[in-house]
Amino acid sequence: MKYMLLIFNRPGFVEELTETERQELFAEVDSIMKELDDRGEWVGGEGLADPSQTKVVRERDGLPAVTDGPFLEAKEHLAGYLTVDTETLERAVEIASRWPDVRYGGRMEVRAVMEAAGTEM
Amino acid sequence: MTDPLGVEDLLRELAPQVLGVLVRRHGAFDACEDAVQEALLAAALQWPEEGVPEKPRGWLLTVATRRLTDQWRSESARRDREAAVAAWDPAASSSGPEPGEDQPGDRDDTLTLLFLCCHPALSPPSQVALTLRAVGGLTTGQIARAFLVPETTMGQRISRAKQKIKSTGARFGMPPAGERAERLRAVLHVLYLIFNEGYTASSGPDLHRADLTAEAIRLTRALHALLDGDGEVAGLLALMLLTDARRAARTGPGGLLIPLTEQDRTRWDAAAIAEGTALITDALTWSPPGPYQLQAAIAAVHAEAARPQDTDWPQILSLYRLLTRVAPNPMVTLNEAVALAMVRGPRAGLDLLATLDGDERVSGHHRLDAVRAHLLEKAGDTGAAREAYRAAARATTSLPEKRYLESRAAGLNGTD
Repeated sequence: MKYMLLIFNRPGFVEELTETERQELFAEVDSIMKELDDRGEWVGGEGLADPSQTKVVRERDGLPAVTDGPFLEAKEHLAGYLTVDTETLERAVEIASRWPDVRYGGRMEVRAVMEAAGTEM
Repeated sequence: MTDPLGVEDLLRELAPQVLGVLVRRHGAFDACEDAVQEALLAAALQWPEEGVPEKPRGWLLTVATRRLTDQWRSESARRDREAAVAAWDPAASSSGPEPGEDQPGDRDDTLTLLFLCCHPALSPPSQVALTLRAVGGLTTGQIARAFLVPETTMGQRISRAKQKIKSTGARFGMPPAGERAERLRAVLHVLYLIFNEGYTASSGPDLHRADLTAEAIRLTRALHALLDGDGEVAGLLALMLLTDARRAARTGPGGLLIPLTEQDRTRWDAAAIAEGTALITDALTWSPPGPYQLQAAIAAVHAEAARPQDTDWPQILSLYRLLTRVAPNPMVTLNEAVALAMVRGPRAGLDLLATLDGDERVSGHHRLDAVRAHLLEKAGDTGAAREAYRAAARATTSLPEKRYLESRAAGLNGTD
């Protein structure tokens, strides 16, 4: 089953870490990524740019209207995602629980990815 | 992909034969499998350009052996084995049986390989990937595309599976007689999984997966040729043929799912139905009925009805009851409830479904809600049917199923 792991954290939290903590965080991420590669579970993923780079589209007076970031006041943002193909939901949850952002007040959402295939009923 | 020379079919057929010979000569399934894969890739590039060699199997054996030698030569830690391989003259492959000639070992090798790839130490997804590569002769890239993962990821999964087999110390040979029945069940399950992966695929990016159906049928056919006295192998082949016969009728424009009762039955594949029906009819005369045979028999009863209202539901019900006895499983009970509803009315079906309510294996499963919705709709309880369709739509991870269930729910709006 494919799951998308959405990484939510507080913008700028990495800047507040000490150099050692930062190195540790990146090393942890590297080691999880390597494990996913080795086990053949990695499907894809991206980190997202700072929320100040965001454009938001909403309807206004019946037309799509675009507004810019920054959203400095945002307490939490979607920082990135990774898609894994694991044998069980439990394994996907385990990967999410080890993601270091969780320890620093962030959160992970594990979402099942829809398939384009189906069976007649 | 165009393949005027039939190169791909030929390679897939030769793949397990070449691998079998190589493993017998050199041991090391792991390394031999890589070498054969490389030889297949080389052939897939060269043969369409330069023509199929006169002795295609000898060609593949020579190239694979050379790759194996190169591989071992580059690993200094394996010097003794290198000596053993180097002492063997690759040209000697032509002194073996001519390609196309039936070598007694070939047929057994395919079976041995299937048993090895479906080793109990591996998880089903790994068994599937390894079987497709080592027995099916598919490339890692093809398997990766079929399962919609990056090629490196699939490659890693396959090499891990091989490492795992190696670590169990499994040998290249038939499993002991006492384990064979159990191991054959695992092989059939893997073939069934491959079939289903392909069968549920409908359109768009999933087309690569649809090829898996044909591959599963091809491998099961090969297995049936080797074990024609096994009723379950015959049953599985029949089930695949009878199910795949509905392919053209089961989806509408945009991949929309069409339920069995609403399918245009003139679009069912009559030849596949005839073959599947003959297979299962024959098997049931001499084999004790196992789960695949019973499912095939049910599919055959559906297939013989020219119109949905001609379906022999009492017979389907008794087959499901038999299946429940042979292989009790809540998914079987779900189908039994549908058949029961057709024979005794929707309330009887709903009562049977209620027995599954505490069953953890299906609670919250979209199929349970979907069947319940269907029976509630038949019973005229529109409001509850709509809720059950919606619950099923939320629970499924399949887009076409979700669309189908949502449209059933929407169809009930304002009718209660």
